[in-house]
Amino acid sequence: MREKRPARREFLRSGAALAGGFTLGAAAPALGQAPNQSPMIKGEREGEIAYGARSKYVTSVRIPHGSRPSPDNFGLTFHVATPLQDQVGVITPSSLHYFATTRGAFLPDVDPKQHTLMIHGLVDRPLTFTVDDLKRLPSVTRLHFIECAGNRSSRRAKTVQETHGMASNAEWTGVLLSTLLKECGVKGSAKWFVAEGAEEVKGASSMPIAKAMDDCLIAYGMNGEAVRPQNGFPLRLMVPGFEGIFHTKWLQRIKLVDQYYMNYNDFGHLDQDHKIAALEYQIGPKSVITRPSGDQRLPGKGFYEISGFAWSGGGAIKQVEVSTDGGKKWNKAEFRGTPQRMAFCRFAYPWNWDGNETEIMSRCVDEIGQAQPTREQIAKYWNKTFDQTFSVPGLDNSVQPWKIARDGSVTNGFA
Amino acid sequence: MGSRSVLPIAFAWLMGISALAQGPTYGIGRAPTTEEIRARDISIGPTGQELPPGKGSATEGATVYRTKGCAGCHGATGIGGTAPILKSRTPTNPDVWARGRILALRAPFATTVWDYINRGMPLNREGTLTPDEVYALTAFLLFINGVIPEDQVLDQQNLAKVKMPLGDKYASLPDWKPRTPRLKGYPY
Repeated sequence: MREKRPARREFLRSGAALAGGFTLGAAAPALGQAPNQSPMIKGEREGEIAYGARSKYVTSVRIPHGSRPSPDNFGLTFHVATPLQDQVGVITPSSLHYFATTRGAFLPDVDPKQHTLMIHGLVDRPLTFTVDDLKRLPSVTRLHFIECAGNRSSRRAKTVQETHGMASNAEWTGVLLSTLLKECGVKGSAKWFVAEGAEEVKGASSMPIAKAMDDCLIAYGMNGEAVRPQNGFPLRLMVPGFEGIFHTKWLQRIKLVDQYYMNYNDFGHLDQDHKIAALEYQIGPKSVITRPSGDQRLPGKGFYEISGFAWSGGGAIKQVEVSTDGGKKWNKAEFRGTPQRMAFCRFAYPWNWDGNETEIMSRCVDEIGQAQPTREQIAKYWNKTFDQTFSVPGLDNSVQPWKIARDGSVTNGFA
Repeated sequence: MGSRSVLPIAFAWLMGISALAQGPTYGIGRAPTTEEIRARDISIGPTGQELPPGKGSATEGATVYRTKGCAGCHGATGIGGTAPILKSRTPTNPDVWARGRILALRAPFATTVWDYINRGMPLNREGTLTPDEVYALTAFLLFINGVIPEDQVLDQQNLAKVKMPLGDKYASLPDWKPRTPRLKGYPY
């Protein structure tokens, strides 16, 4: 813990330098002279040997999302956003993966030896599985994003962590829910399933059986190790491409039922308009440039690789385009790695900044042809005027513009 | 030699697999007892079929609300605490949707209210309320929102029959299918 306290302050102080991170570069040593040696860590400072700690110079951290602090006055944890601006590959490190809770929650301290998952309801054979039981069954490992319904850019948001940080991507390992359901035998009358966690509110959401049989998985592994407590240790239900709330953490019970069960989380999904209800369910195609992004600074004109992430609840991303002139011309971006279904894919576009004020943005299309819209397009669809008061109905997957000023500073295009 | 002797074996093996398709493939997992399932199953659906025996009225619920500490977070009257409000600020608005996102007002079924109180309240002491107390609190919340009269007793039989103000005035979710757009006709 010795180094922990200053970390946050150091982060704040170094925020500007980190954010403008293009200005790195040490002075070259004189010819023939050995370069200055860095100080050495002798032995351990923060558990480097047993459980590798990162460099003290790498300080990026999660932050509370929106106005509610985590923990709050009750000790409840609410929503915490990942520093997307610092994520360099498709995988969000487990320690930085965003997390959210239904109404604020204490963190269940689950003993995996005591924990079981019970599957019952409209099945031929109800079954209870221990965590070890699940590890005996055929496994899958898949990359999947999770995104919170509240992941929405606003005028007040400055960084991409604030605009898009309630989404993360990890490698999940576990058992397909369909494997378990086949083991239990699904009755023909089962149309929905209700998943329940072990937190105090025992989050319960109704989901279609069709989704369960398609690609839901019960993950015990995350990024090569056990799922982190904040992400549901020891078992988390993955519902690829659905809103974050369905990805039930601390999963302990699944009940197959014949109708939408209308428990608390379902109640939270009610809407007057079926179109909005549909847009708050499976996540639409979305992309954002993370570098350069809000609050960073380009040190001068010249070459920059623009990069960011794209994802969709409808499948794999098929195409990403980048505009560097405020949306007039769109250029095809390259993928870094192969896009996978319901997973972040990383895109890049080579760019020479001429030093003039401009606006950069990205948009994507997924494998089933859904396209990421601008807010203007969305407003037009709903017959609304596009102005500061317009709020995107359903989960917001609109294009995020970043303004670049002549001095190289990058700001939120919605501000 | 192979093919002649392997084929019948492969055929028999395939038959075996298809015969197993209706039964468990791996035989992993333990069958819970009926009692175990009943003890763990706290999901109360719209028909109320899982509700335990018990009963309570708003009058009793008002007492439970005070003695169990509900007022500490939700305010003495269901408004004014630090936790979400339990009573509409605009109870007379003819548009139910405009009365606010109040559980005991906007829930389409009274079972939703019962289920939530039972599974999620009071904070950090979940699972300590008796069924009678949950019936009473449900009645109390429905009463302060003008849904039922103060003296109505809710129980295992009549809870699911309470006529909620929202009725069926809410949009159903899409009939989800894999590999389909999130909203048909949505151009994006």
